[in-house]
Amino acid sequence: MVYSKRFDGRKFDELREIEAKVGVIKSADGSAMFRMGKTIAIAAVRGPRNLHPRFMQNPEKGILRCNYDLMSFSVTERKRPGPSRRSQEVSLVTEKALLPALNLDEFPNAVVDVFIQITQADAGTRCAGINAASLALADAGIIMSDLVCAVALGILHGDKVIVDINKEEEDYKDGMADTPIAIMPHSGKITLLQMDGEASKEEIKQALEKAKEACKKIREVQVKALKEKYGGMKNEV
Amino acid sequence: MKFDASYISSLLNQDHRVDMRKLDEYRKVKVELGVSKTAEGSAKVTLGETVVIAGVKLDVGEPFPDNPDEGSIIVSAELSPIASPDFELGPPDSQSIELARVVDRGIRESEAIDFKKLCIKEGEKVWIVFVDIYSLNDDGNLQDAAFLAAMAALKNTKFPKLKDDKVVYGELTDKKLPLVKEPIECTLVKINGKILADPNLREEKALSARLTVAVTKEGNLCALQKGGDKGLSQEDVDKMIDMAIKGTKELRKLI
Repeated sequence: MVYSKRFDGRKFDELREIEAKVGVIKSADGSAMFRMGKTIAIAAVRGPRNLHPRFMQNPEKGILRCNYDLMSFSVTERKRPGPSRRSQEVSLVTEKALLPALNLDEFPNAVVDVFIQITQADAGTRCAGINAASLALADAGIIMSDLVCAVALGILHGDKVIVDINKEEEDYKDGMADTPIAIMPHSGKITLLQMDGEASKEEIKQALEKAKEACKKIREVQVKALKEKYGGMKNEV
Repeated sequence: MKFDASYISSLLNQDHRVDMRKLDEYRKVKVELGVSKTAEGSAKVTLGETVVIAGVKLDVGEPFPDNPDEGSIIVSAELSPIASPDFELGPPDSQSIELARVVDRGIRESEAIDFKKLCIKEGEKVWIVFVDIYSLNDDGNLQDAAFLAAMAALKNTKFPKLKDDKVVYGELTDKKLPLVKEPIECTLVKINGKILADPNLREEKALSARLTVAVTKEGNLCALQKGGDKGLSQEDVDKMIDMAIKGTKELRKLI
């Protein structure tokens, strides 16, 4: 059966309502909230700061460490607090998604820690987390070549590619290939690419094209949030 | 930090606090309900710059053999490094366990929830109430913020639908939790011989002793927890309890 109309009435390449706010956690060096529809992520950056244990230190540049976590009540069935195999993998790919945008050359032996908490999940949590984290890093004043923007696409093999799927779509009965993608919009570099499901080469190509367009819109919202906090400054973000 | 502690302490000689508050004055408190729609109930409490989120999830499980017709409550707290440079990743440490247990005691011992009404089928199926507390920013007195958030979240909770004794998440009924009492916790600290309410982080680092008091609506006490490295005199305890009874009256108005 063809998926002809989205459950929530959006166009197939339309993002959910997105909202971003910078500076939501006072004690952090940088922080942000990013909401995509009913998915809400909060990120805090702490550092650059001393790195322990010392064997992890890199004398040439600082390292990035990410931690992604779902609040136990952010999902339909309560999740036990603490890390899981899933959250550890998401933490890792989040780190790899953000790293290409960062320049940590000036912080040898130090670490920049990024902590992400999902308060409410409706699919696309790692993407919302990356969007929040990228804003939090900018808020912390870390040198970045660009913001990192992420969105989860759904590929219905043989039918169509859908932008920013929610939980209901993710669970679509005919099989939706979940494809989270992160892009640095300026250079067009892809820094996160995962997929599970079935898709043709053409469909992946199409997903990347659509992700590129969606990420431009996400970047606009991120820049606006930064300007809301740093609006007094003259230079363009 | 040592310098700061002695500064805070010397200010108190004139009854002055670092943030200009009166000794029994709370910071500005804000309670927001329904901050996480995936939870059956949730609340965010902002106490000065301390921020805490509590969420309630309900599940169906087996009752304890000694109380076959009663549901139960499980409270846990995560002091995530998102909230403070002093918190670390890993399993809950003693601070977060104490936080959760003191919240748990205040709710349980006041019999705030009528556990008998959480019984679905005696000896077989009861509701289990999970209260999970997450700190988002620690600027002191996480305890009072956590308790207020937990109580507000419980009051905000609605039962999910049940189908063949299984929970249908995402579909809430209009039925609320059977809350019969409304305990509130107030934490007092002693610094340089003075008793202060609602310590901020700097004051917490300077305290010699603290006492958390859970008070019911009727003004009775239902839980106590003494903390800090030094002892308290009986007069201190008396004064702290009086201040807690007064303080909880104000906080109760917010939920």
